[in-house]
Amino acid sequence: MNELSASSRIAYRAAMVRPGVARRIRGLSDRTLAWLFITPTIVLLLAINIFPLLWTIYLSFTNYRANRPNAPVIWLGADWYQSILTDPDVWAAMQVTAHFVIWTVVIETVIGFGLAFLIDKKFRGHGIWTTIILLPMMLSPAVVGNFWTFLYQPQIGLFNYVVAFFTGRDASSFQMLGDVKLSPWAIVIVDVWMWTPYVMLICLAGLRSIPDYIYEAAEVDRASKWRQFWSITLPMALPFIMLAVLFRGIENFKMFDMVNLLTGGGPGSTTEVASITLKRAAFESWRTGYSSAFAIILFVSVFGLANIYVKALNKVKSR
Amino acid sequence: MRHALKALVVGCGAAVSAFGVGTGTTPAQAQGKTITLCWAAWDPANALVELSKDFTAKTGIGMKFEFVPWTNYADRFLNELNSRGSLCDLIIGDSQWIGGAAENGHYVKLNDFFKKEAISMDDYMPATVVGYSEWPKNTPNYWALPAMGDAVGWTYRKDWFARPDVQKDFKAKYGRDLAVPKTLDELRDIAQFFQGRDIDGKKVYGASIYTERGSEGITMGVSNYLYDYGFKYDDPKKPYAMDGFVNSPAAVKGLEAYKDLYKCCTPPGASNSYMSEGLDAFKSGQVALQMNFFAFFPGLYKDPNVGGDKIGFFVNPAGPAAQATQLGGQGISVVSYSKNQGEALQYIKWFSGGDVQKKWWALGGYSCAKSVLNDPGFASSAPFAKEFLQSMGMVVDFWAEPAYAQLLQAEQKRVHDYVVADKGTAQEALDGLVKDWKAIFKEEGKKF
Repeated sequence: MNELSASSRIAYRAAMVRPGVARRIRGLSDRTLAWLFITPTIVLLLAINIFPLLWTIYLSFTNYRANRPNAPVIWLGADWYQSILTDPDVWAAMQVTAHFVIWTVVIETVIGFGLAFLIDKKFRGHGIWTTIILLPMMLSPAVVGNFWTFLYQPQIGLFNYVVAFFTGRDASSFQMLGDVKLSPWAIVIVDVWMWTPYVMLICLAGLRSIPDYIYEAAEVDRASKWRQFWSITLPMALPFIMLAVLFRGIENFKMFDMVNLLTGGGPGSTTEVASITLKRAAFESWRTGYSSAFAIILFVSVFGLANIYVKALNKVKSR
Repeated sequence: MRHALKALVVGCGAAVSAFGVGTGTTPAQAQGKTITLCWAAWDPANALVELSKDFTAKTGIGMKFEFVPWTNYADRFLNELNSRGSLCDLIIGDSQWIGGAAENGHYVKLNDFFKKEAISMDDYMPATVVGYSEWPKNTPNYWALPAMGDAVGWTYRKDWFARPDVQKDFKAKYGRDLAVPKTLDELRDIAQFFQGRDIDGKKVYGASIYTERGSEGITMGVSNYLYDYGFKYDDPKKPYAMDGFVNSPAAVKGLEAYKDLYKCCTPPGASNSYMSEGLDAFKSGQVALQMNFFAFFPGLYKDPNVGGDKIGFFVNPAGPAAQATQLGGQGISVVSYSKNQGEALQYIKWFSGGDVQKKWWALGGYSCAKSVLNDPGFASSAPFAKEFLQSMGMVVDFWAEPAYAQLLQAEQKRVHDYVVADKGTAQEALDGLVKDWKAIFKEEGKKF
């Protein structure tokens, strides 16, 4: 009763506060007060997002090296951009990245949606199964990287033994991380294992958002389950699926930690995704200007693709 | 009330002081003087911690240590130096860093200090002075005191070599006795002989060699073959002229031989092996031969499963053109951003002492001081001491230029692409390496 009266008092006071009260109390207009509140956020945003971005753009046109702060900084114009865009090694890294992004996103989406569809049926114990399925995405990528390095070990790794058990091959006759043909798939498998639950979660939210009465109406119209899936489930869950694809696509485009731990970009440069190339240029070779240009190219690529995609997503949503 | 508070503060202060004295606070802690030494996390670092207790006892200066695993060592500490961090007062930096660290002002130049304290570089093994202290090379400009001598060597399973059945099989196959290899061809035969062999019911493999891609592993490994086959970094008469030296026909053969060893005689899954993977392979009884730095040999000798009588050591065998080995090891430097340079220099002075150097060796560190290495009893002081001495007489180091990291990355990529990923030919790999290195040196403003 006391609590109720206390909250009533607060609500009453709030209702009594009229526009312009700040001016009367402190001599500040509401607009000034609003600016006062958001200024720290804007300053923080400028300091940690906008300024570094502008600075990176500036550095990308120079020969600056962070490990040689005393060396003269020379303006190079678009030299770095030209050399990056014509460098076959960079294109090779982009191809590796594209392979990784496309396959992981496709497989995660298919399996993730499938799992979400099953979990949505609310069978007995589905809560426990949901929790179990979600476990991999709760782990740190560093842990997952190390963990799968052991699983892929040809002599003692469980993965090789399982494959050997089903195929009859010698377990140590193939190496997932050391083989040129297998290693790109080895990193795809780990990413799918880790992030499919995430896609499932988003798809599940989509499926749960479909009102039951639509299915009931379809049942009344004697629509088959297959017809219901294609005409109701998939179109209505599509914006969520597309959202999952967007998140995973962006995330995997800049994938670094897991691949670095699993293969370090090897064998050779077989799994050297763009972010590993970038890291090597920036923090091992200390080619700050070059790596700034590379980072800007990657940023523009992701930003451009994401924008096109978001427009498509909005179209789907507005249908 | 104010008096009561004051009394309480004074009382607490007295109690803390009394407690401090009572628990044996070192003079250093009492003075608040503590310096931080940065190095890699490995066996010799533990020996240095033990050794440094004497320094604290003698000077009252406390020691803190920042040790980072080898795979992150360069990243971590070069970042620290490049950002002008003062985390490290002393740093035991890799030999290849010396050019960049000197030119970028990360290390304190030690010439005046050496002169004042009568520390002479003539008292250290020449290879270690050139490798760890000098920049530019072969000039009397010193940026470090040689601290930890090291080179790549080999270990082998002495107990397997001694087995009559193994010896008999080897002789039948190769027509000679199974013994420590003197040439790289002999080493390959031995590795191939053990590859897939059954020893006490367990399948074993030939050799563990360096193949790591991410940092410096495969370069540190392949160099031992390249040098022996005739590879040179540049024309001795014309610095930075690399055509025909880096990619000479002999060097190409050396690279092919290393790939051959990798393909024929390493355990499955050894496509990304460096120091720790080599140790694991040897300690778990998987391999007959192991390529690794001497720094690990004291620990291996003490290993209860493969150490003692079961392990033997040998220097990198000779190739068709030479017998050389990759230099490892580091010098100890004072970081120019340190606020405790005086104390750090005191440490270097103490560390250069004859008795300290003797104890350093005894604890498992590799002294570079002639007083230790030229001692008549040194060669017999440890089962690997003779091989270490021999190796230090034939070491070659990678580029120590300020752009060493870029140069290293280029070799890592080219060699790994060829050896592990089967991309292209050895000739293409080394031609590509020359092209990469030329581009880097051109960017550095070098003329060749």
